[in-house]
Amino acid sequence: MEIGLAHYLTVAAMLFTIGIFGIFLNRKNVIIILMSVELILLAVNINFVAFSSYLHDMVGQVFTMFILTVAAGEAAIGLAILVIYYRNRGTIAVEDINLMEG
Amino acid sequence: MTETILPNLAPAYGEILMAIGAMTLLMFGVFRGNKSTGFVSLVAAALMIVTLFVTVTWDATAVYTFGDMFVADRFTSFMKVLVLVASALAVIMSMQYFRDEQEERFEYPILLLLATLGMMVMVSANDLMSLYMGLELQSLSLYVLASIRRDSELATEAGLKYFVLGALSSGMLLFGSSLIYGFVGSTNFTVIGSNLVHASAHGPDIGVIIGMVFVLAGLAFKISAVPFHMWTPDVYQGAPTPVTAFFAVAPKVAALALLVRVLYVPFGELSESWTQVIVFMSLASMVLGSVAAVVQTNIKRLMAYSSIGHIGFALVGLAAGSQEGVRGLVIYMAIYLVMNVGTFACILSMRRKDGMVEDISDLSGLAQTRPGMAAALSIFMLSLAGIPPLAGFWGKWYVFKAVVATAVADPMATNYGLIILAVIGVIASVVGAYYYLNVVRVMYFNEPDGEFIPQKSFNMTAIMGLGAALMVLFLLPQINAPVLEYARMAAAALIS
Repeated sequence: MEIGLAHYLTVAAMLFTIGIFGIFLNRKNVIIILMSVELILLAVNINFVAFSSYLHDMVGQVFTMFILTVAAGEAAIGLAILVIYYRNRGTIAVEDINLMEG
Repeated sequence: MTETILPNLAPAYGEILMAIGAMTLLMFGVFRGNKSTGFVSLVAAALMIVTLFVTVTWDATAVYTFGDMFVADRFTSFMKVLVLVASALAVIMSMQYFRDEQEERFEYPILLLLATLGMMVMVSANDLMSLYMGLELQSLSLYVLASIRRDSELATEAGLKYFVLGALSSGMLLFGSSLIYGFVGSTNFTVIGSNLVHASAHGPDIGVIIGMVFVLAGLAFKISAVPFHMWTPDVYQGAPTPVTAFFAVAPKVAALALLVRVLYVPFGELSESWTQVIVFMSLASMVLGSVAAVVQTNIKRLMAYSSIGHIGFALVGLAAGSQEGVRGLVIYMAIYLVMNVGTFACILSMRRKDGMVEDISDLSGLAQTRPGMAAALSIFMLSLAGIPPLAGFWGKWYVFKAVVATAVADPMATNYGLIILAVIGVIASVVGAYYYLNVVRVMYFNEPDGEFIPQKSFNMTAIMGLGAALMVLFLLPQINAPVLEYARMAAAALIS
């Protein structure tokens, strides 16, 4: 069976959905939310690279490089905020993030 | 030959200046430490003012550069002026606060500079790539700013919530971008726009529509339009007050400018699809902003719901789908800037001997203890409520006038949605007036229980006085004519 564009898009859409559900259904740990965010970004990258190869156009791959770079910065800042949060509260459980009425 | 190597830098002089300035100040701060915060803040504010003049002198028709990824026209220069004024005022307003709290950090003004640079790139973006890079530069700086007080439980919680929801919204925006890229074959706004015009003979691809909705959802997060507003009250309340003052204005203006460009340049052809979405978001934001604010006791939380409501009113101008509507939106954001900066100057002056207070009940009897501040805050509150003849009323007047004009101009009279939008908008504005007037009532008719310490900084008093004066005097043609004229030119640059 030939692996075509549709297969890549399906995988990316599945990863994206898993990422979204990982953020909203997870009630345990903030780290899992960070992992879900990465999953979403990687799903987008698969999309871009698949389209880039399909369209014979390099722009998609350039975009992917930018996304990878920003994702690294985003993960660093996310973890830094998580560390100072843990120092203040002594927990990173999602259900404890409720000092303000949300 | 050299032209192909070095792009035309002239349209981006402002951004280049900001980037170099921010990096230089960062090095300076690293070597001098937190003692240099006051100096770094002043230089940062001065840099923004200089950039403002560089931007404002850009008076040409649209110029594209950096491989058509970056555009400078009258719309971008107007929006950049708003962003830069808001950011510069935010830097000035926050100096006294951090000095009083003994929390001075030289990173703070530099992060503001970087966030502002991100916003300027957002405003000038003409490609999904520059859109994303600008948005992320702004967002990453804002995540750090929200939790800049590392020892505060509320601030770190606000930062964490903002980060998670912000990252989610960026993810959605990117997923939309990837679909648009795949189904249209380009990331450039202008190319997408012309490709969609040619494709419209047999209707746009469903993938493009889905992609556009995802991008719209990602941007709605950034302007905190309902149903993507959940983070706003918590972040406004938890973040340090000067950071909230910054969040309330500049990022909203930039994201709204970006939203307008995205809807009109690449997706102008799909306006039938996005008008419904904008009408819904606008309605829901106006109603929620008016109703949910009624029960708030914390003034920062109140301002959060107020900003959600105001974004709803600004989106009315976008829903109109006309040049007049965009002009109304631009005027609205200019007035919103002055109202919010002034209100936050008052909130930042709510300091007692034992620290900052931020409950509405703490304003009791302010008219007796600090009559000047009470008068200024009353003017801002009445203006936010949209009571004529203050400026806030005229902001609403121009957007509603535009939307009614669009609805009436349609000979088939099929635009019931727009008429309903205008009617519900006016009702929401009346309901919202309740909680603004409540603040005025507390200040003028309740007995004082404790006094604020006098504001040490002259800047804050000046901002309050000047802002209040502008709100009152906006109906003078000398004040409003230049705003209206520049707003018209800005809108005309985007929609012919």
